[in-house]
Amino acid sequence: MTERQQNKDLDTPALLDTLSSELRNLLKSRNIDKPVMIGIHTGGVWVAKELHKKLNIEQPLGTLNITFYRDDFTRIGMHPQVQPSNLPFNIDDQHIILVDDVLHTGRTIRAALNEIFDFGRPASVILAVLVERGCRELPVSADVAATQITLNKNQHIKLSCDEDNNSALKLSIEEAK
Amino acid sequence: MKQHDIQLDKDGMLRHFLTIEGLKKQMLVDILDHAENFSSVSLRQAKKVPLLRGKTIANLFFEASTRTRTTFELAAKRLSADVLNININTSATSKGESLLDMLHNLEAMQVDMFVVRHHSSGAAHFIAQHVAPHVSVINAGDGRHAHPTQAMLDMFTIRRHKQDFTKLTVAIVGDIMHSRVARSQIHALNILGVPEIRVIGPQTIIPKEAAHLGVHVYHDMQQGLQNADVVIMLRLQRERMEGALLPSEHEYFHMFGLTEEKLKHAKPDAIVMHPGPINRGVEIESSVADGPQSVILEQVTHGISIRMAVMSMALGRSSLADGGQN
Amino acid sequence: MGSQQVRIKISNGLIIDPANNIESKHDIYISEGRIAAIGKQPDGFTVDETIDASNCHVIPGIVDLRARLREPGLENKGTIASETRAAAASGITTLCIPPDTTPVIDTTSVVELIHQRASEAGYANVVTLGALTAGLKGEQLSEMALLKKFGNCVGVSNALSPITNSLIMRRAMEYAASCGLTIFLHAEDEGLAGNGCAHEGAISIRLGLPGIPETAETNAVSRDLLLIEQTGVRAHFCHVSSANAVQMIARAQYDGLPVTADVSAHHLHLTEMDIGYFDSNCHVRPPLRTQRDREALIDALATGNLNAICSDHEPHDADAKLAPFSETEPGISALETLLPLALRLTDDLSLSDVINRLTAQPAKILGIDAGTLSVGEKADICIYNPETNWILKTEDMLSAGRNTPFAGWEFKGKVMHTLLNGKVVYTNK
Repeated sequence: MTERQQNKDLDTPALLDTLSSELRNLLKSRNIDKPVMIGIHTGGVWVAKELHKKLNIEQPLGTLNITFYRDDFTRIGMHPQVQPSNLPFNIDDQHIILVDDVLHTGRTIRAALNEIFDFGRPASVILAVLVERGCRELPVSADVAATQITLNKNQHIKLSCDEDNNSALKLSIEEAK
Repeated sequence: MKQHDIQLDKDGMLRHFLTIEGLKKQMLVDILDHAENFSSVSLRQAKKVPLLRGKTIANLFFEASTRTRTTFELAAKRLSADVLNININTSATSKGESLLDMLHNLEAMQVDMFVVRHHSSGAAHFIAQHVAPHVSVINAGDGRHAHPTQAMLDMFTIRRHKQDFTKLTVAIVGDIMHSRVARSQIHALNILGVPEIRVIGPQTIIPKEAAHLGVHVYHDMQQGLQNADVVIMLRLQRERMEGALLPSEHEYFHMFGLTEEKLKHAKPDAIVMHPGPINRGVEIESSVADGPQSVILEQVTHGISIRMAVMSMALGRSSLADGGQN
Repeated sequence: MGSQQVRIKISNGLIIDPANNIESKHDIYISEGRIAAIGKQPDGFTVDETIDASNCHVIPGIVDLRARLREPGLENKGTIASETRAAAASGITTLCIPPDTTPVIDTTSVVELIHQRASEAGYANVVTLGALTAGLKGEQLSEMALLKKFGNCVGVSNALSPITNSLIMRRAMEYAASCGLTIFLHAEDEGLAGNGCAHEGAISIRLGLPGIPETAETNAVSRDLLLIEQTGVRAHFCHVSSANAVQMIARAQYDGLPVTADVSAHHLHLTEMDIGYFDSNCHVRPPLRTQRDREALIDALATGNLNAICSDHEPHDADAKLAPFSETEPGISALETLLPLALRLTDDLSLSDVINRLTAQPAKILGIDAGTLSVGEKADICIYNPETNWILKTEDMLSAGRNTPFAGWEFKGKVMHTLLNGKVVYTNK
């Protein structure tokens, strides 16, 4: 796989720093002092873990598994062995920071919002993503994004987590075939 | 062999859930894993996910069963499916013809799934053989044959408490002959690798041929319960006294009823299960049914998760997207 | 009558006539509906029509010991016309009907109706068994003597209805014996059979189907054999299904009791395993039993302890089999598979023995003149090509009942012509 692909790694730690500082500014401008954070499985949870630390958020991190809310469920079927959603706090009237790794079509965010509203009625939701790429299919945009990237058709972007190396995150652009 | 495949679609995904028999271990583990995910849904404030929104599920109950029907209904509703409850007076449909007529009528109303409970063994297979290609059938109990969702919720309960199936001794006590639950449990336990499955009861309700199912037969509780990790009590139908199968409930309880005293022969951390509804003082003593080793109420809770898992697996197959070809 | 005047020559066929110990190539000459000569053309015999039987076997028309034609009473499942036509196409020229029609064959008027319909159809000879007890209820004796005298009933039977009261069975046997009637027995202990629908064993346990234990058959055979010995009645056991029952019957025959027995073709080829996942076409009574039983049945057929193979034909309408297994009606539409299934037995029996058990032996059990190609006998003849391969498709079946577990089976041996009383009643096109 890897030999034939021209992978381009992005400076992920720098992007995370950018994201957290922009997020901090946004929270400040909106006068939100006690937000809660929710990461979307799987990449979004990795990013959220970093941000959760950097922003010193009091409440434990929530995680969402949007499998049950996907609009393409009957096309792709069930996938076993994904962690269920876990929101260890009451979300009513909370300011929520929803975190994902890449914003692409917007369908994941649609599903995540639906799921969040099945848990309660938040005061507000901020969407923070590491990468915003094109090809939106729904009217969704990120409030905060560390970077914007335009990719051609046979490229895709992938976040990986190196468990052996202190869970370091690595964002790379891969050429398909 | 081709008859095995009726449960699976061309991609090997679960299309119908009729019997545990013939399914691969991985399929059972998938069902348990999915159920594990779904169990979190039932703990939410809004106990509902939109997975099966727009799907219609018909509960076809040819035999009364409030509990099973309710858990299937709840499971379907928690998946946002529309549910149709149809209780059929069995005397009105003694002919297969009207049964098929009814099925085809429901199909014409775009029903996506039938959950079937029927008094005759093989009824779910029969219905599965005659439904349209996009329709799934879940067996909610057919005669003495199979009750696969009950068996899976029992496996789920066991896994929650015992983790490794390959180290267990499981004892099933009671009327194996007439029990679809026991048959499905035995298949599931065997497939999941349980090395020692015992059935306990008098020969009238555990015929000699039961050994063909892959179990050890015991006619004595003390021997049968020795070192068991899991004790499953079966419900004793009162009709059994009539066919000269058993002399009396009193004698049955004395010999095979689970009491604290008899339970001492099992391992100290053994769990006690019962598919319900319980006949207190017939197959189990109240202090055991309500005691610390009993997981009977958990079983009911898990029943919903298991049924959500099976329903969403059957209706979420990729082959449905290409026109439901099978 | 005009057509019976046609003089027919069947040329170049291999004649297999077990009753006369013939298995060689000869021509057969037929006139006046009877076999005029075998081998040499009689003086003055002019051939009006020649049937070329090259590469074919020429055997006596098959005598089927038990077939339900469903008329009168269940014409939605079949009629005498539809079923005898299917019989003709299967080389069967004589059918014996059990008395469980509606109304029951316990009066001569029912017999008359059946004979009239059969002769109108003209495809096969039909003989009947009279009811052993009135209405098959197992309580009062039927008018056996009158059924024999005026209805030409060739035997008496209570069909599938049990006679639980052993005293009534004893009396019925005694009375039948004094009438010189053979009693045809369906050996099944009602209590042990219960509401069973499959052999009690590994398969019934696995599928959760109510079982019929082997003892339902052996217990009944045992009682009936003791009563046969006591009463001296000539008795025939229908569709024996278990190894142990065969052994008991063989022992009785050895001891000199006047007992014969038959087996249905499907019990020689199927076992409980064929039920698979609730194939209702394998719902039969008595039930399909184990591989061991099946092998014992074939062995007993070879030794002659089982005297005959029959179809046990039970045509059904489609709805009868469209239900969960135990709620379906038992039986197989079996006329069209009788000969081809029997021909599959030639690994265990000689061809001549197979034909014997389809023709001369059942005719002997019924006490009728049929089942041989003797000169002077009625020319009931089946001509089949033993090398023709064919696959059974339900849509090709002539019986009104398409309920067969043998659909898709490949068979070798196809009936080309059937003659009844010297008249061609079937020709394969």
